[in-house]
Amino acid sequence: MNATTSPFSRRDFLKTSAAVGGGLLISLYLPELARATEKSTEVPAAPFAPNAFIRIGTDDLITVVINKSEMGQGPYTSLPMLAAEELEADWSKVRYESAPVDAAYNHPMFGIQMTGGSTSTASEWERFRKAGATARMMLVAAAAQNWNVDAQTLKAEKSFVIHSASGRRASFGSLADAASKLQPPKDVPLKDPKDYKLIGKPTRRLDTPAKINGSAQFGIDVQVPGMLTAVIARAPVFGGKVVSFNAEKARAVPGVKDVVQVPSGVAVIATGFWPAKLGREKLEVKWDDGANATLSTTAMRSEFAKLAQSPGLVAKKVGDPEKALAGAAKTITAEFEVPYLAHATMEPLNCVVDLKTDSCEIWTGTQFQTGDRMAAATIAGLKPEQVSIHTTFLGGGFGRRANPANDFVGEAVHVAKAVKAPVKVVWTREDDMRGGYYRPMWYDHMVGGVDASGNPVAWTHTIVGQSILAGTPFEPFGVKDGIDSASVEGAADLLYGIPNLQVDLHTPKLTIPVLWWRSVGHSHSGFAVEAFFDELAHAGGQDPFELRRKLLANQPRMKALLELVAEKAKWGSPVASGRGRGIATHFSFDSYVAQVAEVSVDKDGGVHVHKVVCAVDCGRVINPDSVIAQMQGGIVFGLSAALKDEITFENGRVQQGNFHNYPMLRMNESPEIEVHIMPSSEPPTGVGEPGVPPVAPAVANAIFAATGKRIRRLPIGRVSMA
Amino acid sequence: MITLRVNGKQLQADVDPNTPLLWVLRDSLGLTGTKYGCGMAQCGACTVHLDGEAIRSCVKKVSDAAGKNITTIEGLSTDLSHPLQRAWIEIDVPQCGYCQSGQIMSAAVLLAEKTKPTDTDIDEAMCGNICRCGTYSRIRQAIHRAAELKAAGRSAE
Repeated sequence: MNATTSPFSRRDFLKTSAAVGGGLLISLYLPELARATEKSTEVPAAPFAPNAFIRIGTDDLITVVINKSEMGQGPYTSLPMLAAEELEADWSKVRYESAPVDAAYNHPMFGIQMTGGSTSTASEWERFRKAGATARMMLVAAAAQNWNVDAQTLKAEKSFVIHSASGRRASFGSLADAASKLQPPKDVPLKDPKDYKLIGKPTRRLDTPAKINGSAQFGIDVQVPGMLTAVIARAPVFGGKVVSFNAEKARAVPGVKDVVQVPSGVAVIATGFWPAKLGREKLEVKWDDGANATLSTTAMRSEFAKLAQSPGLVAKKVGDPEKALAGAAKTITAEFEVPYLAHATMEPLNCVVDLKTDSCEIWTGTQFQTGDRMAAATIAGLKPEQVSIHTTFLGGGFGRRANPANDFVGEAVHVAKAVKAPVKVVWTREDDMRGGYYRPMWYDHMVGGVDASGNPVAWTHTIVGQSILAGTPFEPFGVKDGIDSASVEGAADLLYGIPNLQVDLHTPKLTIPVLWWRSVGHSHSGFAVEAFFDELAHAGGQDPFELRRKLLANQPRMKALLELVAEKAKWGSPVASGRGRGIATHFSFDSYVAQVAEVSVDKDGGVHVHKVVCAVDCGRVINPDSVIAQMQGGIVFGLSAALKDEITFENGRVQQGNFHNYPMLRMNESPEIEVHIMPSSEPPTGVGEPGVPPVAPAVANAIFAATGKRIRRLPIGRVSMA
Repeated sequence: MITLRVNGKQLQADVDPNTPLLWVLRDSLGLTGTKYGCGMAQCGACTVHLDGEAIRSCVKKVSDAAGKNITTIEGLSTDLSHPLQRAWIEIDVPQCGYCQSGQIMSAAVLLAEKTKPTDTDIDEAMCGNICRCGTYSRIRQAIHRAAELKAAGRSAE
């Protein structure tokens, strides 16, 4: 997907973003620089709508306006670092601010304002540095004018412009007004990386203080004067509808103000969350369960298994796998299964809406500003520019808050329309977990063949799973000839050099709402590919590390990373009694990750992950500590899924509801994690998601090493020791 | 009307006495640093101190908290000076940050009870607090660090 094929209208822009009271506002867009617009209240329509990323006040404070949602992955620190590096800013003067919705803040690759795909750094790497460099050049030009000297004789350092020859110094703040009257430069050269002062240095997050004293505002914390709180009774089965409801008892609950039907169900509106929830408990709703009334995971699994026995639509074919398998010295077949998964962000979904006749103000933790605004405008009967979204901190996102169906925002606007007061819709944990938009269930049927020396000669991979992109505005770009790229990613782009390969896909049409979940398709392909590779290595009598090394001969970055992780994890050295080591690699979001897990299994089949050694090559690193944090987080996230979690259906109903039956890895189960970053001068690539895919197969392969038992289905739960 | 003593202040709330303390803190008193995560004492995001003990405010009736000293994250310190807050900044613990109020409030009781908590102590005290972002290794490291900072502060006095 790229900007020129954006599914969203380029008309979607704000009239102004110049909320500046004196000082300098740097505006620019790529690929060409725009003129500064701080004096203008009218911004021309896209593609000339300028971006506005840096504000320098006369008080010397530097505000970097961030167009990426902060959900833990760190853009409120890493993007200011990019700007500050080129600006030559005093880092202690740098602040972050969440951007409004404006085409100027659109994702440079996706053409809409959104956060996802582990692309925040990669996509803003150039734009934020250029924004900083532009500001610096204008401040220097302003000083040159003031002092009547050649700009070439000046330098910027720690928020000052300095004329060494005369010893004159002027702070950025003192130059801000003068700089704001200048035209931005056309040619903005960027620094030589050897001169970086901030980029590449471990830097503390700017948002930590607010997150440890209760002051950080998440969507659920927003209070608006006169605001009511709504809790919604939604259909217990996906696609179900309200037949009728009796609100008499609900209305009798003290604090309940109203009960109204909305497209998604029946909303109970009260003075606060608790009375709204009590009111919902008293609400009587008759539902029509619809077509999914008999949906069951058991039936779906056998249907998927049946489909997997024959090839689907071919996504990738190299050589003649059928012939190669027929001629192989040995072939093996294995089937892998992963369940539906909920994102289970710590902050349950919520959205605050203040709807007036000519405006709609929204506060929420969203990853999908442009789409949510358009949906809100449509529902409210307003123009997109009459809708504003305040993106708060997100208490976790993992993809759930980037929903092309705009579920939690659209629903809240419907409630606001009915209530005629500012309203906060809060989802309970159960609502959130049963609310759909899951990582799809997948079934992978794999066949591999090795020659007499144990070298893989053929590999076929049949994938069965729902399409994430079908039915969304992204379908025209992500689904080609019936193949959803998200279903086959990590499988069709296999890095290993196997001469005969086929990857094919069945896409069953189910109406369970599915969505991207941290690492998307890689969350199943990483497991299936890397666990099967281990099986194939053993089938051919080869060490799984050595065989990977051999088949990565044409993939120097992954090969080097594999060697690094093996060295750090002491691959091949004796392991403590009862333990086993497993290795896995995976390429996703343009980054390379390799992991070694050290695992033991107790006599009851309980799995204990003692240590995970992780190596990552994500190109040039902006904030190494942030990369380490994302690998640590990805591993823990992946382990919850590998060991514990599944969403299952019985009679159309989701059987899980809260953390007692959809458990998370806890402190006492969290392994020691060691992260090694491969130094690189390649452009930066993703870190939010790539840590997830390798951990499940690394653990599965370690369980085999420890016990001889193969793991082919997640969650692992207890290993059968029979 | 229920009178509560929160962070050293007497506050009043006009609520049903069966309302969980969490929702009185958040919706009635505007102390939104204490978070809702599960509503059934499974995740620890709502942890506050009741007479110095870590409790899950999502399952504690407000009437049972009346007359006791309640401390929330907002009352831990006024200036980020608590050893845990200093350690949290030093180690850069939070990611999304949503669970961190509860993590810190659980850790604060551990630190009040044990001057030098072991890894086992940390496992026991902290296993009721879920972090979906996976900051556990940093939380562990920061609790050890906070214990050092607290000891250094004590020896300096």
